[in-house]
Amino acid sequence: MPIVDKAGEVAPPRRQRIPLGLLVPAGLGLLFLTFPLVGLLVRAPWTTLPQRLTEPGVLTALLLSLQCATLATVVCVLFGVPLAWLLARVEFPGRRLVRALVTVPLVLPPVVGGVALLLVFGRRGLLGEWLDTTFGITFPFTTTGVVIAEAFVAMPFLIIAVEGALRGADSRFEEAAATLGAGRWTTFTHVTLPLVAPGVAAGAVLCWARALGEFGATITFAGNYPGTTQTMPLAVYLALETDLDAAIVLSLILLTVSVAILAGLRDRWITSP
Amino acid sequence: MTAEVDAHIVVDRGTFRLDVSLRIEPGQVVALLGPNGAGKTTALRALAGLQPLTAGHITVDGVDLDRPDLRRYVPPERRPIGVVFQDYLLFPHLSALDNVAFGPRRHGVDRRAARDQAADWLARVGLAEHARRKPRQLSGGQAQRVALARALAVHPALLLLDEPLAALDARTRLDTRAELQRHLAEHRGAALLVTHDPLDALVLADRLVIVEDGRVVQEGDAAAITAQPRTDYVARLVGLNLYRGRADGHTVVVGDGFALAAADRLDGDAFVVFRPSAVALHPHRPDGSPRNTWAATVTGVQRHGDNLRIQLSGPITAAADVTPAAAAHLRLSPGQQVWAAVKATETRAYPA
Repeated sequence: MPIVDKAGEVAPPRRQRIPLGLLVPAGLGLLFLTFPLVGLLVRAPWTTLPQRLTEPGVLTALLLSLQCATLATVVCVLFGVPLAWLLARVEFPGRRLVRALVTVPLVLPPVVGGVALLLVFGRRGLLGEWLDTTFGITFPFTTTGVVIAEAFVAMPFLIIAVEGALRGADSRFEEAAATLGAGRWTTFTHVTLPLVAPGVAAGAVLCWARALGEFGATITFAGNYPGTTQTMPLAVYLALETDLDAAIVLSLILLTVSVAILAGLRDRWITSP
Repeated sequence: MTAEVDAHIVVDRGTFRLDVSLRIEPGQVVALLGPNGAGKTTALRALAGLQPLTAGHITVDGVDLDRPDLRRYVPPERRPIGVVFQDYLLFPHLSALDNVAFGPRRHGVDRRAARDQAADWLARVGLAEHARRKPRQLSGGQAQRVALARALAVHPALLLLDEPLAALDARTRLDTRAELQRHLAEHRGAALLVTHDPLDALVLADRLVIVEDGRVVQEGDAAAITAQPRTDYVARLVGLNLYRGRADGHTVVVGDGFALAAADRLDGDAFVVFRPSAVALHPHRPDGSPRNTWAATVTGVQRHGDNLRIQLSGPITAAADVTPAAAAHLRLSPGQQVWAAVKATETRAYPA
């Protein structure tokens, strides 16, 4: 808003000087985050790039990565949004403990997460054995396994974002809905969810980004089979052992695709209305 | 005949206890008037079902909505109520039309019929052409009318209004108050208006219930309350000087033995009131005539309409209204000594 001085003239907005104590560390932080990317660009085998891009394995891994990350995000939204609602809106004993448990995958090394998933869903696992003998379903070392591993690691990102949005949303709108005859479910679907939609979208994007980059849990739980479980990060890891240039190309592709998608979504959803 | 609304609202919240009894007949508008923190909004929330009772009961049309002793509690979504919230709480993601249609939809009306009804309600509050606007595109007065239409669209047996005009500027408030009065007159159910503005209460309500510190201190129609206030808060609202004392015939002894002569004859505990404009100020002790006179000190001078309102301390604290000319003549300023006089015929006494 323009500032009007006593003479009624509109004064130009005052230029705020940015304190050096903030500017310098901010600049260093930006450099630190972007320099490795510069490294990738500098070392990329630009001359052989066209041939390498058209290698059949590359496209397969990329498509598998995008599909699995998207499916994992859908799973996280379906289960994570209700869980976030429970944490934000319902008082129940042990809520703090549940909230701590939800964030465990954040601090757990993904490899440990993968091992834990194997112990539960593996052929001899707590649930896996029963699933295998009763329904003939096995998850480890399948594409479904990739989705499970990614969802396990990425879900906390969604829950934290959505719970924050729910806490920030004015719960009195829900009271207003109740006085108009809306039960809790209708209030959730017709009032709460539209109000926190930007938060859900932001959480889903974070969740998708985390799932796309997932490595440790995936390789432990789902293995590294080209075509079924070899996602981009796994392909990069495999290529590193034999052919550095291939690894760089794969990394560049993953980088380009994810930055393009994130930038596209950010403008549409993440910026607050 | 049963009252449409019969409630004894008791809510304990830490050290604060709300204990208020209310009866509202069909078609009647009752104003719950009181200072901030008196418990008015808590009472409204209890009626709406957003705040469970600690004890007492809420009965609307003979149905118990909340009755802790019988473990009966009807949640807000199943109560025959409509609420206009202080800041309206229109759903920001829905158009004005869909905000109003929200209630009918939840009450089982199909989408098309609900929208027709909503359009009808918007037309009634004069906003037919704003139906497609989002709440953030509406002015304060328009949002208030949409909120009213939304609350009325569910045909509530009890309409609850929480400070419905408080968020509006002075000019919009005048128009909106007149409009609200018209809609309240058409509303066949009971209505409860929570406000701290005496003007809203006097204009809109048939009966006033005054709440202070969680209790009803006075109730009655506007005429009774403005004529015979029973607490300092009510006296200030209606602009009267009020004293409590012991009457013996035409004399009422108030405060530290100060005797006021009153027109009415009375014995026992009594209130005495007189208007600030009935107080005359003199530079010296006035002589003759059987009236109340006392030496006073000016503690404050404020504008009050065309006159000045002078705050006086002395044996009794009082407010006096004088013309600017008289004030200039007396050179009134804080700290100055004056003599105050009130004719006995200007004072009224009534039992406490």
